[in-house]
Amino acid sequence: MAIIEARGLVRTYRSGTVRALDGLDLSVPEGTVKGLLGPNGAGKTTTVKVLNTLIRPDAGTATIDGIDVLARPQDVRRIIGASGQYAAVDENLTGLENLEMVGRLYRLGRKQARARAAELIEAFDLVEAGRRPVKGFSGGMRRRIDLACAIVINPRILFLDEPTTGLDPRSRLALWGIITDLVAGGTTVLLTTQYLEEADRLADHISVIDHGRVIAEGTADELKAQVGGHRLVVTVVAESDTAIARQVLTRVGHGPVHEGSSPRELEVPIDGGPQALQTVLSELSAARVELHDAGIRRPTLDDVFLTLTGRPAEDTETDTTEENR
Amino acid sequence: MSTAPSVRTTGTLTPVVPDGLPGLLADGWTITWRNLQRLRRSPDMILFAVLQPIMFVLLFSQVYGGSIHVAGTDYTDYMMAGIFGQTVVFGSTFSGSAMAQDLKEGIIDRFRTLPMSPAAVLIGRTNADLVLNCISMVIMMLTGALVGWRFHNGVPSMLAGVGLLLLFSYAFSWVTALLGMMVRTPETINNAAFMVLFPLTFISNAFVQPQNMPKILEVFANWNPVSALVQAARTLFGNVGTAPTGDTFTLQHPVITVLIGSVVMLLIFVPLCVARFKNTSSR
Repeated sequence: MAIIEARGLVRTYRSGTVRALDGLDLSVPEGTVKGLLGPNGAGKTTTVKVLNTLIRPDAGTATIDGIDVLARPQDVRRIIGASGQYAAVDENLTGLENLEMVGRLYRLGRKQARARAAELIEAFDLVEAGRRPVKGFSGGMRRRIDLACAIVINPRILFLDEPTTGLDPRSRLALWGIITDLVAGGTTVLLTTQYLEEADRLADHISVIDHGRVIAEGTADELKAQVGGHRLVVTVVAESDTAIARQVLTRVGHGPVHEGSSPRELEVPIDGGPQALQTVLSELSAARVELHDAGIRRPTLDDVFLTLTGRPAEDTETDTTEENR
Repeated sequence: MSTAPSVRTTGTLTPVVPDGLPGLLADGWTITWRNLQRLRRSPDMILFAVLQPIMFVLLFSQVYGGSIHVAGTDYTDYMMAGIFGQTVVFGSTFSGSAMAQDLKEGIIDRFRTLPMSPAAVLIGRTNADLVLNCISMVIMMLTGALVGWRFHNGVPSMLAGVGLLLLFSYAFSWVTALLGMMVRTPETINNAAFMVLFPLTFISNAFVQPQNMPKILEVFANWNPVSALVQAARTLFGNVGTAPTGDTFTLQHPVITVLIGSVVMLLIFVPLCVARFKNTSSR
């Protein structure tokens, strides 16, 4: 059996009017990293909160390392570590004190808790800051302390809910390094993220979630293959030419034409490859459409996301209050 | 980070504290310690706990003292129990705002994913506030002694009075802690405390005799639990003098009333708090 198993999870909010989870199934083999992808409000955070014992589902079952999460939450808590969307550390304690407190609450006793706190502060490169209250820390440092708190016992299973949201690229890389290090030591990770690059980089398997269910699963490559082959992208010089370009792409492509990063950029999934590009170029040239740029590219997780959910991944809407209730 | 040492532990980590009572005590102490650290690093909170009682003792004894007369006793003696009562009642609301603050900051989520005793977070919270209330009590007693307050029933009785005030404040902390887990922001608790507790402490025998109030307020004041608390402390301090006392049971037998009331509050609110805590999550 997989180390994390969930079957038919249902969770409603606001007396049943909002279905955050709607029959969600999940299975994570030991020692692997599972990435949960999905738009805001899809149910990622709720899934994590059910599995790390924070909330009870209305229906469904879940086990962590064979332990029933609903019947024996306290036993689950002994082997997991969790880090949430907002760095949950005590602002008035120093970094070291935060870690020592968590170690003591894992019942390690004062001596072991202290030694482990010191070890982690060093490994996280926070020796200087470790003696100051967290209050004065930068966002990246807080996240690092938060993650350090989550791995005090070297947990066999680690839950990370959007661990790098809002971090600068350098801090993000640092956190990725830490996660990779943990996985190398055999830790199983369940990770939610809005950054496809993060899922691509860290996750062995990805589950795409929408409306409280898993709508697609597989490795990043499998998911990319699922949404078809290459993408053909053209950028026209004059915006008035987009209508003609759209017609051409619709005829040549195998799927809906999407607007790219600007209204003058259009893209479509294709079957053929270079031949399709040649066809498009000659047809547009015949129609006297001047091009700024044209090419083909391999699909990304963004395409997977867009194809499966009909919405782009990094939605500018960041209102996740529904999930955090 | 590639050059940084591994974050994995080099040794083995073994839980050494057993479940059950030892675990509960250890966790309770850890959380108390955590809350006291917070207290130590927030001078404004200490200042509030120290300065407010000093201010009240001085204001009431020096400003009102000359104008308010209570039959059969010195006004400074009379009002000290009132200030003690008021201070511990307000001091207890700190548990509520602090629980709300912890929920808001998400640290409650961290605690709830740890294999610790769920009651420990609340025990640690109310313990820390008991310490704060103790500090306030000592400061008030010293200030009171300075402006002429004396207790007249001996030291054991005076200590019993202090103990009773602290017991009540501890029990009341659990009530506010429950409220703190039900509201969205710490400010709600502070506002509610202001709106509810101010009238409650003033429409009582804390600073004046209820018999001089309009009839309806007098009845309210005589049944007010704050009056019973103040009357109990006043009795144990020997500060009642010959001042007439309302004829309600709660004022005629204030010590037993407060004792039973506090125990009943604990019996009701400790389980409610723990149950609520187990189902709460940051918002």
